[in-house]
Amino acid sequence: MIGLSHFLVVSAALFSFGIMAVFARKNAVNVLMGLELILNSANLNLVAFSRFSAHNLDGQIFAIFVIVVAAAEAAVGLAIVLSMYRILKSVNLDRADTLKG
Amino acid sequence: MDNSLFVQIVFYLFAAMTVGSAAVVVFARNLIRSAFALLFTFFGVAGLYAFLGADFLAATQMVIYVGGILVLLLFGVMLTHKLYDLNLKAETYQFFPALAVALGVFVLLATVLLRARWHAGAQDAAAPTTAAIGGLLMNDYILPFEVASILLLMALIGAAMIVRRRSE
Repeated sequence: MIGLSHFLVVSAALFSFGIMAVFARKNAVNVLMGLELILNSANLNLVAFSRFSAHNLDGQIFAIFVIVVAAAEAAVGLAIVLSMYRILKSVNLDRADTLKG
Repeated sequence: MDNSLFVQIVFYLFAAMTVGSAAVVVFARNLIRSAFALLFTFFGVAGLYAFLGADFLAATQMVIYVGGILVLLLFGVMLTHKLYDLNLKAETYQFFPALAVALGVFVLLATVLLRARWHAGAQDAAAPTTAAIGGLLMNDYILPFEVASILLLMALIGAAMIVRRRSE
């Protein structure tokens, strides 16, 4: 019996892996990958609720807008990472501490 | 969605593919390897969308995530490392605290999600959603649709501005 909670647990696992990547990885590109995992888990939740509870397509529309924002975020995030690489010659997030007080 | 054995097997296959490759994304020592594992995560999520009857969203996931965002991330990996540097080692720090936090979040979420009594009525039969989504985007959601297009334009211009070489 595949129900709503199956999808929610898969999405919770994706979210936890995303948090793990954001917290533990030193590489900025890898942190962006973790962000994509988190956004995917949120999307999965939206679509699952749209299918099982809401009985309309609003959740799927919302997921489309999340995908749009994720695309914009990936483009701008990678641009920032590239310009950080140009300045610091590294994408290690520990090196980006110029603003540290 | 009938719950025959075949349906369950397909679901668990997609779920295992999604979660397993997400684990590879997080724990792989090699950055290229995590980028390619992310490919399988996106495939798995697209499969789960198809499982939920969201056919248009599954296709969108394939086109935008696999064709766009993943290629962008691969470019990011390639451009921020020297190409002869074949072992792109991905270092971690605060590994065990991060693992503890992630595990805690997962246990908390899973407990809450499994205990909650969701309002889950009878499901509708899966029907093609593309025409309905197009109608909704052009009628009820026309303003967010236009705002999203402006957001994409701003992201395009902003990304180009950030990475351009400044002439001194």
